[in-house]
Amino acid sequence: MLQHLLDEPVQHRGEHAAVIEGATSSNLTYDKLGQLSDRLRDRLLAIGVKRGDRVGLYLRKSADAVISIFGALKAGGAYVPVDPTGPAPRNAYIHNNCGVKAVIIEQKFLAAYQEEIGKLGPVPYLIVLDDVGGGVPLEEALDALDTQSQAAVQQTVISDPDDLAYILYTSGSTGTPKGVMLSHHNAMGFVDWCSQVFEPLTSDIFSSHAPFHFDLSILDIFVSLRHGASVVIIGEEVGKEPEGLARLISEQQISVWYSAPSTLSLLAQFGKIPEHDFSKLRMVLFAGEVMPIVHLRSFKSQVPAPRYFNLYGPTETNVCTWYEIPSTIPEDRVEPYPIGRTCSHLESLVVDPDGQPVNKGAEGELCISGSNVMQGYWGLPEQTARSFLPGEASGRRWYRTGDIVTELDDGIYRYIGRRDRMVKKRGYRVELGEIEVCLYRHPAIHEAAVVAVLNENSEVRINAHLSIRGSEHPSLIKLKTFCSQHLPVYMVPDRFIFHDALPKTSTDKIDYQTLTRKY
Amino acid sequence: MESIELAIKKHVLQNYLQGQDPNELTEVTPLITTGILDSMATLKLTLFLEEQFSISVEPQEVSEKYMNTIEKIAELVRSKNPSIS
Repeated sequence: MLQHLLDEPVQHRGEHAAVIEGATSSNLTYDKLGQLSDRLRDRLLAIGVKRGDRVGLYLRKSADAVISIFGALKAGGAYVPVDPTGPAPRNAYIHNNCGVKAVIIEQKFLAAYQEEIGKLGPVPYLIVLDDVGGGVPLEEALDALDTQSQAAVQQTVISDPDDLAYILYTSGSTGTPKGVMLSHHNAMGFVDWCSQVFEPLTSDIFSSHAPFHFDLSILDIFVSLRHGASVVIIGEEVGKEPEGLARLISEQQISVWYSAPSTLSLLAQFGKIPEHDFSKLRMVLFAGEVMPIVHLRSFKSQVPAPRYFNLYGPTETNVCTWYEIPSTIPEDRVEPYPIGRTCSHLESLVVDPDGQPVNKGAEGELCISGSNVMQGYWGLPEQTARSFLPGEASGRRWYRTGDIVTELDDGIYRYIGRRDRMVKKRGYRVELGEIEVCLYRHPAIHEAAVVAVLNENSEVRINAHLSIRGSEHPSLIKLKTFCSQHLPVYMVPDRFIFHDALPKTSTDKIDYQTLTRKY
Repeated sequence: MESIELAIKKHVLQNYLQGQDPNELTEVTPLITTGILDSMATLKLTLFLEEQFSISVEPQEVSEKYMNTIEKIAELVRSKNPSIS
């Protein structure tokens, strides 16, 4: 199970750097990672965490957060990370929703979190860190707790493959985030596949660019550490700054890079790549949204040596199809590369709106079956049932990705679009419905319709169309501020467009097609 | 020469808050944490500052910590080039 992936590297590569914090270059060795995650396990068990309990993380990306992940897993728990840059009410909702037993939280987030979670129910047991960095604040917090009462040394809990390993919350169309439940079996299926395809080396240095509540982080953390390699944690702030990222890739000698395409696009345009040394980079992986060909070509021409992979898959399955970008991108190619073929340990199927398989080459919804596929959404049995094909076609559970594809030659899939109102913005999943629910909470808003459009650089922009009560509409600053109090910043609409009344269809529903087409 | 604060304010209003009542954008209005400036807009603002005030902004300074409000941005600019008012 995931917690045991550390055993071998701790035994054989104890002195080797496991986690490197990109900003400070401080190293956490495998020995230390092993010791501290054992101590956190003991503390969690001492406070009554049992197999299957949820353990919340409210930490900035750091060695402390990685230790916390392993500590929670070693105690038999499932970790539930939240976006530390996101609004406290949303994060409190998430932890309350899945009933976390304990939370490891930084002091700076504590007051707002306690207030918000207190409104929803009992406050979970809190392990409070003064700061994060190199595992030191976590060690100090554990020391302080041990002074009060020593936690007995325990064994790492043996999990069942079907026990939950983590719950990742994504945007939910009904206005609240929904928790995708992933088991050890799900995670191990994916990690094993990565080991087989990417063949990591102990000398590799992985990037960890994605936030820990984002499924890309599973590859960053578990694939790197399982192989005794190192992982460089890139903090929330540097993560958005291309020149800083280019410098970090060079200084930390990153060999395996993994991020959303938008980050590669920013690097290609603003990273001043020729001024930096990318010679150690041997693999570039990207996932989360469509990579515009113009930026891929630009990045690849500046960094030609590595192998490039387009990975595809929703949080519910993690990566389920993959495609290696050819060494040369033809000058006249304008179409994005396909999402590729199904991972060898999974099965795929393309179905029509009735759930019936389509003929090869026809458009349809991609469905995935196999070990990666989630158990379901936390506390949402109906939504879970709807996300699978009814019945068990050929004895399998088929997860409906919501993504429309066509099959090209040799089982390679081309991505066409979505069947619903979910979009990807900078790799993040955004349910347009969740933004609408937020807007409707504003007292001045009468009608709200949110649509996604592509700008001239093929980037997703979110437009909110509004009609208001009264004559004076709230200012842009007020609206953006209001949204940012309820939504993560990547979900705040880019534009607000005011109408006397929103356009309607003949059946008196909001005419989304017109709103998408005309603006 | 106009003040640093005014130059930043004009840039933000013209590019990211068209049609907005200028009085509502104060020196302490959060810009990054509210999504008024996304990462691309923050980069473009940085390029503008570098050119306008002949300064060089470090990559780690292109962040919420140093650039979330007009006040903070002006402070950053002054720290780089004390000769401007």
